[in-house]
Amino acid sequence: MKSQHYNTKPLCGAACLMLLSLSTHSEFLGYVGLQTRAYPMTAAAPEQGSETVSVVVAPEWFSQWNDGDDSFNIKAFYRYDSLDDERSHADLREFYWQRVGSSWELSVGINTVFWGVTESQHLVDIINQTDFLESADGEDKLGQPMIHFASIQNWGVIDVFVLPQFRPRDFAGNEGRLRSIPATVNSQESYQSSKDDKHIDYALRWSHYLGDWNLGLSWFQGTSREPLYQAIIQDGAVALAAYYPLIEQSGIDAQYISGDWLWKLEAIHRRGLGHSIAEDMSASTAGFEYTFTGINSQFWDLGILLEYSYDSRSNAQVGAFQNDLFSGGRLSLNDIASTEILFGISQDLDDSDSRSAIIEASTRLGDTMRLIAELYHFRSKRTDDPLYSIRRDSYVELGLEYYF
Amino acid sequence: MTITTQLIRTIFIALCASISHAAAAQDPSSEAISATEKGLSIAKEMKARDRGWIDNSAEMEMILHNGKRESRREMRVLSLEVDDDGDKSMTIFDSPNDVKGTAFLSFTHTNAMDDQWLYLPALKRVKRIASKNKSGPFMGSEFAYEDLNSFEVAQYDYRWLRDEQLDGQDCFVIESIPRDQYSGYSKQVAWIDKVHYRALKIDFYDRKNTLLKTLTLSDYQLHLDKFWRPTKQSMINHKNQRHTEVFLRNYQFSTGLDASDFTENSLKRAR
Repeated sequence: MKSQHYNTKPLCGAACLMLLSLSTHSEFLGYVGLQTRAYPMTAAAPEQGSETVSVVVAPEWFSQWNDGDDSFNIKAFYRYDSLDDERSHADLREFYWQRVGSSWELSVGINTVFWGVTESQHLVDIINQTDFLESADGEDKLGQPMIHFASIQNWGVIDVFVLPQFRPRDFAGNEGRLRSIPATVNSQESYQSSKDDKHIDYALRWSHYLGDWNLGLSWFQGTSREPLYQAIIQDGAVALAAYYPLIEQSGIDAQYISGDWLWKLEAIHRRGLGHSIAEDMSASTAGFEYTFTGINSQFWDLGILLEYSYDSRSNAQVGAFQNDLFSGGRLSLNDIASTEILFGISQDLDDSDSRSAIIEASTRLGDTMRLIAELYHFRSKRTDDPLYSIRRDSYVELGLEYYF
Repeated sequence: MTITTQLIRTIFIALCASISHAAAAQDPSSEAISATEKGLSIAKEMKARDRGWIDNSAEMEMILHNGKRESRREMRVLSLEVDDDGDKSMTIFDSPNDVKGTAFLSFTHTNAMDDQWLYLPALKRVKRIASKNKSGPFMGSEFAYEDLNSFEVAQYDYRWLRDEQLDGQDCFVIESIPRDQYSGYSKQVAWIDKVHYRALKIDFYDRKNTLLKTLTLSDYQLHLDKFWRPTKQSMINHKNQRHTEVFLRNYQFSTGLDASDFTENSLKRAR
């Protein structure tokens, strides 16, 4: 009996291994959501609406084979918006094949990549175009076609990117809120590169983790993800159109962890290439996150965030971050429903009337739904402030998401 | 922790123990020292018997009982044994659906703060986590993060309390005092069976030294003729009367995992 037992064991193992390597594991997941949003203040432009209902569908599918070393990944996104035709949009966030070796990864296709450590803005993160139609926080991204090779070594990870197709930014339509005034027209964009959106961009990154330190150095050359704006005449009226210059951007991101403290830094330097009309610039965000753990008998956690942002460009050309202080927090109730409340306020230190604030709360209903409430507030009085065109677009939103 | 502070701590505990024993008019110091020595040797034997598993994976189901409501969490846990340091582990969440694809990477260290990372699939972002936060609830359950970490001898000071039977099994009862000042516990009292050195029951005392939780480990199974693993763990919180059950299934050993499966990159592609 015993010898038989020992004889069959390796056979069983080999059979199992063969089964594993041949087997394909596929999964379908994602979420659908319904949101309703109200803008309590009268719009700055008469054609802009004051409430909207929208539906979002975000299915995902992946398949792994070759013991998980090969995979194909798809993540699609569609939103229907009752107010704004331009905000009704679809995107392929991911559509890529990946092969993983013992110390390398190769991905070919459309993907989304995140770089950085700070919370209030993401300076270093440059691979993907931001999907501002989705959210004002800049954390939603459009899928980027790429060839991405990563080499994972003892001394860090080297990422090499070839980015063959540029994704221009999408802007809200005439009826939509949270847009420039006059409106920025989609599909009227122009490029510094004679190849337009076919210019091939390149990026390199080295990142490493050493004990309590995380460090990243990055370099990008190609079409700027952030456009400049030019006035054009459209149907006899003044409108804006995006212009994308060629740039080279170097970035550094660092994080140091010490007990409950997380110290964060992101900095970039950008220079125009060739006959660029974009001025050279530098920008940085630095700050900390501190977590008070178990603040009451229910074991709530409260994380406090403070980040200062500097941008060398003058106010009129940049977002809300030329000399700004962001303070905020994250309250986690650590309950069964994973209830979380995020809040923050970004204050312009040169202009006491320029600020934006956010509160976002979410909780799980049952096992498959999440209820989300969001409040954005914008305030601005100076016409040269980039927040000025959205000063009347403060909103409240209530959403329900079903995950499958 | 430096050797000096360890030494001071050991002397202090020995002293406290000897004082209490002296009060009971017993032969003082030798018995107290032998109790700490015996406690430590039991802990060392426990760890020694659990060395050499190299790597393993298991499916974990957590059922949270909160009065009338019941909630489930499913995850997969991959672990890698590390020589001369704490283990590495990765937890991949499968349910509830809104956290599917979220993954947690942890490097336990015997003599330093643990390193921890969390991958958030919606943002495709890996976040470093401040590891001091180990006493907080894991996924809203009655388990704290520190209850799920790998057991490392150097993280506690020990004292053998007594021998006692538990459910008909002869056990050592030992007290473990966490050396980490950020632990949520002042001490743990564990019942270890004398034959196989398996923990059968653990009482957790909060920082005010009152009994907070009791963990019962049962349905042990033997793997590779050497390693005992509990199929069921049940944690009862005596303060709020809630309890959480953990079922560990489909244990696989020596699955060929190595250090490259426990990196930020592997965390990002864990599904």
